[in-house]
Amino acid sequence: MNRTADEVLMIAAAPERGFLLATARDIRLAFRSKGEVVQALVFFVMVVSLFPLAIGPETALLQRIAPGVVWVAALLSVLLTLPRLFASDYQDGTLEQLMLSPFPLSVIVAGKIAAHWLTSGLPLAVIAPLLGLQFGLNRHELAVLVVSLMLGTPVLSMLGAIGAALTLGVRGGSVLVALLILPLYIPVLIFGAGAVEAVSAGVDYGANLSLLGAGLLFGALATPFAVATAIKISLD
Amino acid sequence: MASHQDNMSALNMPENSARSAASVMTHDFRAEGLMLTRGPRRLFADLSFSVAGGEVLILRGANGSGKTSLLRVLAGFTQPDAGSLFCNRQNLKPLDSVARSLMLYVAHANAIKDDLSALENLQEALRLDGLPSAAVASEALLPTLDEVGLLERRHLPARKLSQGQKRRIGLARLALAHKAFWLLDEPTNALDAEGVSLFTGIVNRHLVRGGMACIASHLPMQFVGTSREITLEMSA
Repeated sequence: MNRTADEVLMIAAAPERGFLLATARDIRLAFRSKGEVVQALVFFVMVVSLFPLAIGPETALLQRIAPGVVWVAALLSVLLTLPRLFASDYQDGTLEQLMLSPFPLSVIVAGKIAAHWLTSGLPLAVIAPLLGLQFGLNRHELAVLVVSLMLGTPVLSMLGAIGAALTLGVRGGSVLVALLILPLYIPVLIFGAGAVEAVSAGVDYGANLSLLGAGLLFGALATPFAVATAIKISLD
Repeated sequence: MASHQDNMSALNMPENSARSAASVMTHDFRAEGLMLTRGPRRLFADLSFSVAGGEVLILRGANGSGKTSLLRVLAGFTQPDAGSLFCNRQNLKPLDSVARSLMLYVAHANAIKDDLSALENLQEALRLDGLPSAAVASEALLPTLDEVGLLERRHLPARKLSQGQKRRIGLARLALAHKAFWLLDEPTNALDAEGVSLFTGIVNRHLVRGGMACIASHLPMQFVGTSREITLEMSA
């Protein structure tokens, strides 16, 4: 009887289950308080849409600045959503429960980061082509823009998670996160916007996307452990 | 006498599969030479004790005497300045997989999400504790929700529940928990008299199954089996 109970627990505590649990949980919570998800998306749409209105219908100039504008807006929008990643779990004691869960903390953290991307970066990448049309981007440029956002925004979520975990319980934490994380965001911004600019200039954009992809793979391997360690330090 | 009867009725609750699967737990826990200093104050030094299956350790002491700190050391959140923990005579590393499948921690913060209903909060907590999906199906949880008096209110968002009712979600989680060593920090806060006797019943059931508990409380408490007290002194 005891053995079966242990076996049931072992099966139940398989790491991939922990990942899915954490992802499903955070997505559910995000949908319950839709405001935050919608807020970041509206911010992104507003900032990007204001540029064509302010600059006027100069197609050449708009096409020139489009990649930079979209990427800067995406970056700031993700930055806005970072506090919700761990702050409420920290305040209501959920973080302690996550740490004592049979699932490894790094796996749970990876699930939380995935959920964060699905509710912050992914919607931006999906809506970006619509906004790109306002800047007169052609089909090929729009496609590369979406791919660059798909590869780059998860990296923003991962790096942001490190900052959010390190500043847990610190007063004025959200400003501190921005200061900590912005320097790390800059390479992503340069390669992301650079990929779309390369298409416009007619040069090879593969290198930019490859670098974003490499960043994504490296981040996926390293950040869960870094974030888990940061959380343990913050709760000591 | 009344409370004793309540305990008995709680003991005689119909056992569902999840509960009976965890019927036997034989562990013993030992702490040796624990010392913790916080700022200028030494909270405890050279503190050793052991808890065997079926035993409960009650922590007493004035506010600020270090009860919560001791529980956090046992749970592995806080590194002690000296001392070590053992489970079944094996050195227990803080927050490693053995510790995570052994310890259950309940503190002042309930880890209750206001946006989720009472039932959903219970399900999320149990999933994180590694219970298999069959054991967290809503039908399987109804008897326990009835036991803690939340059956009628199970679909209400937790923000509409009183502090005591939120605590009762935590009681339901305890009643279904698989973990062997419970670390409870003032678990009876905000509970009414009936809630306290419900709590005593749930702990008794755990002890009868061979579980262990360490409880910080100001209330006088009576449990089945061996119960020992440690009083933490305020030092200058």
